[in-house]
Amino acid sequence: MRILIKNGRVIDTKNNVDDVLDILIENGVISEIDKNLDYKGADIEEIDATGKIVAPGLIDMHCHLREPGQEYKEDIESGTRSAAKGGFTSVACMPNTNPVIDNVTVVEYIKNRAASVGCINVFPIGAISKGLKGEELAEIGELKFAGVVAVSDDGRPVNNPQLMRNALVYASTFDTPVISHCEDLSLQNGGTMNEGYTSTRLGLRGISRASEEVMVSRDIIIAESTNTAVHIAHISTRGSVEIVREAKKRGVKVTCETCPHYFTLTEEAVEGYNTNAKMNPPLRTTDDVEAIKQGLKDGTIDVIATDHAPHHIDEKNCEFERALNGIVGFETALGLGVTYLVEAGVLTMNSLLEKMTSAPAHILGINKGTLSVNASADVIIIDNAEEYEVNVSDFQSKSKNSPYNGWKLKGKALYTIVGGKVVVQDGII
Amino acid sequence: MLDGHKDLLGLKDFTPKQIEEILETAKTMKYVLSQKNKRTAHLQGKSIVTLFYENSTRTRLSFELAAKYMSAFASNVTSSGSSVAKGETLIDTARTIDVMGTDVIVMRHGMSGAPHLIAENVKASVINAGDGMNEHPTQALLDLFTMQEKKGKIKGLKVAIVGDIAHSRVARSNIWALTKMGAEVSVGAPATLIPADLEKTGINVYNSVQEAIVDADVVMGLRIQSERQKSGLFPSNREYSRFFGIDPKRLTLAKLDALLLHPGPVNRGVELSSMVVDGNSSLIDEQVTNGVAIRMAVLYLFTRGGNDE
Repeated sequence: MRILIKNGRVIDTKNNVDDVLDILIENGVISEIDKNLDYKGADIEEIDATGKIVAPGLIDMHCHLREPGQEYKEDIESGTRSAAKGGFTSVACMPNTNPVIDNVTVVEYIKNRAASVGCINVFPIGAISKGLKGEELAEIGELKFAGVVAVSDDGRPVNNPQLMRNALVYASTFDTPVISHCEDLSLQNGGTMNEGYTSTRLGLRGISRASEEVMVSRDIIIAESTNTAVHIAHISTRGSVEIVREAKKRGVKVTCETCPHYFTLTEEAVEGYNTNAKMNPPLRTTDDVEAIKQGLKDGTIDVIATDHAPHHIDEKNCEFERALNGIVGFETALGLGVTYLVEAGVLTMNSLLEKMTSAPAHILGINKGTLSVNASADVIIIDNAEEYEVNVSDFQSKSKNSPYNGWKLKGKALYTIVGGKVVVQDGII
Repeated sequence: MLDGHKDLLGLKDFTPKQIEEILETAKTMKYVLSQKNKRTAHLQGKSIVTLFYENSTRTRLSFELAAKYMSAFASNVTSSGSSVAKGETLIDTARTIDVMGTDVIVMRHGMSGAPHLIAENVKASVINAGDGMNEHPTQALLDLFTMQEKKGKIKGLKVAIVGDIAHSRVARSNIWALTKMGAEVSVGAPATLIPADLEKTGINVYNSVQEAIVDADVVMGLRIQSERQKSGLFPSNREYSRFFGIDPKRLTLAKLDALLLHPGPVNRGVELSSMVVDGNSSLIDEQVTNGVAIRMAVLYLFTRGGNDE
């Protein structure tokens, strides 16, 4: 079976393509891309993409699939279905599973599970330190050869600066990106939301912005002094944006990501002790949201990742301080990007897609995020015109923890094609 | 049920009129308390359960006595010695209490927002008896009642609150209620004990006890918790007392007839000197009495016309 996608606006940022083109998919790869491709026949499935956007499948370089260990929240089957529904064809999953992805066995397990029950490409991220304990380096070289695309202790910072220095330098030996969750735990000080007027109003312990910014600074200084690369995960404050911007100007090999919640929500979403607005780093202020948008616009922020963090209802329907951090991210990321960045005039559609396709592929060094001929046929067709309402009960994820229920968004994956196989058709998986 | 409010979760959400109604009702209740026979029929046939996840002497006892004086069935649940110790969730515990025919759940919890969580999950009225660092509404109501009783009004009063504002639910409830009622509030504390953006509540924030107290009609001390010192927010009780303790000399900066309040329990010699605790300005015992009256008023108002009637 061959697939012919007709008349879509094809945006392939890696190849600087933005034109109305047809794409032929054959044997799981892009076999031809040109104007007015004319193929007919019983083995051709033609998809009319007139008025729609055709792009490489989205890539999420930061998510939690919860398998192995916490399958009651999510597993590789439900997680990849959730991702496919959101337009993602490749995701990189964080190592804070149980057991931790700090050895070859767990990497193999995830790869096998993804091959047997997953519907998209899954790239494991290995741990920086054994057991995520922050004490000694995991076997990063072996992890790399087993197939991890990066290392990170995400969810926990690497507290010891010398360990971080060793991680950056050692990982560079294997060209393995290091993703840093930036948080100084002593400055975090038991906080559960952003420190500011809202935390004072609600009587919740605040997390200072310094907790994030001190670590962003530290890791940039370590990377600069060792001439190594570092990728900063989920930045949320104006200060972090400015620190990264300055570092990039100096030529430091730093890249960073933010998440949709940091450009769409503020700390006020926590009012009423809304546990679906509890995340780490915490939602910040309007001023931070503006700075994040500016950082996205001027290229300081390279990537939009989801930090997809599914949690069971019992872990959210409880005291705010006891509730776990994070939200379901896959199924709202594209809509939030289109609505709050593209429609709002912050980013062009092309730069939004760049931050969700070619940029993460480049940082992770994976051969994805492009529609080049012979590239694997990971393609999505986006309807960016029709408004729809987010309904968490429609989520493919096992978990429903999202602050966006009822939000009206534009930007939806009508088709998600993975390696030439149609996974989502007309928005239905 | 008070003006459509099923629950008393915090004074942040109440109007001056609603606060006045509670204070006014408490006057009647205080009269009842002064009688030889304290039994009234206000809560006859009602069931009140206190659910306390934190220690308390005066708050829990005053709710219990308030309920009993008004002929309610009053029961206590504490976190030790109940299913809470077996790991039952807060919502499950609250629902269990709810379905036993309980009209009011009076709850204290160490986490801010915990009463809000159970209020959404039970039919009973939920009265917040202190949640984390958020609110302690009946404490602030009894403080306002005491001020009004002694000064005849709240509007225009200068009230100084001194001590650990950052971690104090008493301070927050007082700030919300006093500013709504037209008092002028000043706080005095070391900068580490002032929460972020506090001045946005419309009060005066000082890092000096003297500046906060000057010309005050009411001076309220707050309890200093020793764990604050351990976490490094101030170096020692000795230094705290030296710079922020309220002693007779500092109290002279306030108006001559200023009132001295403290929610208790007091650390004598730390936030207040014993001279001040036992001095003429001190209304600490009166506050405790008024606490019973306020809790009677609250229990009455929130069971009136509610639920199944």
